[in-house]
Amino acid sequence: MKLVLGYHAHTVVKKVIETEIEKFGIAYSYTDSGQIEILNELCPIQFDKLKKNLLDYGIYVQENQKEQLVQRIKEVVDEFIFSEENYNYKTSQYISDKLNLSYGYISNLFSEVTLNTLEYYIIFKKIERAKTMILSGEYNLTEIAYQLKYSSVAHLSGQFKKITGLTASNFFKIISKRNYSLTEN
Amino acid sequence: MKKISIVLADDDEDDRLFFKEAIEQLNLNSDLNLVENGNELMKYLEDLNSPLPDLVFLDLNMPRKGGLECLREIRTSKKLKGLTVAIYSTSSSEEDIEECFVRGANVYINKPNNFESIKSVLLKVISTNYQYNTSSLNKDNFVMVV
Repeated sequence: MKLVLGYHAHTVVKKVIETEIEKFGIAYSYTDSGQIEILNELCPIQFDKLKKNLLDYGIYVQENQKEQLVQRIKEVVDEFIFSEENYNYKTSQYISDKLNLSYGYISNLFSEVTLNTLEYYIIFKKIERAKTMILSGEYNLTEIAYQLKYSSVAHLSGQFKKITGLTASNFFKIISKRNYSLTEN
Repeated sequence: MKKISIVLADDDEDDRLFFKEAIEQLNLNSDLNLVENGNELMKYLEDLNSPLPDLVFLDLNMPRKGGLECLREIRTSKKLKGLTVAIYSTSSSEEDIEECFVRGANVYINKPNNFESIKSVLLKVISTNYQYNTSSLNKDNFVMVV
């Protein structure tokens, strides 16, 4: 039997965080996506323990201001990519409006902290989303290009090849073969 | 940014030297270990108590234990299976590329023949891997040819 799972990452993360924080009996509240306000004082030992427990799930506590902002930038990029609305303005405008900072500042900070330019990151995330959609088997490339707001299938295919070095169909073939060989062995 | 730990397994001395020089010139906060064949690599990885490397670069044709055999051992080891593996090879044949991916490689690098390209290829691989590790992405979908 093979189960195909769909999941809402944000809900999963929120649930994990709630469970972990409640173990410490701390009062807290969510202030914004990915931000939690701890309402009573946390001693350094408890704080380290909480950090370590969350890390087991791949959840990082961002302690440095620049990294926090980069995390926010990544969230805004995701919102933009996952949103189904059609915005009339460009990605750069969207990000800048959401964070209320100039795009030049945001993009410089992003390169400084992550090794990649923000422009590259946006394309990279869109291609990652395209990969998931391709592997789900529910969409063809035309539909994916439309959902990810590409002007044409050729544009999407071009970026896919540029980022991964593979064509979309080759990618699908490789992952299918790999999954097949894993279930065989 | 946290230190990036890298291992290269390659039996060719010149290739190791170029690789080392390229990494140094990229001037990242990184830590490089060089080994000369597959046996040495597997021994190195299995003996590690400290955190595992972020990236393993693997030459395909090495004496005693080749790259594909190392890849198989890495992917079947409970401790090592999550490693990012980049194949570093002189072959650019479609069959070799496909076989490496099907067996679980993340990246396939056709060894560049000039120094500047080595640098840009390594930067692309290291930065992409960094994004997979820090942006909650599904690493099963991490396949890339450079």
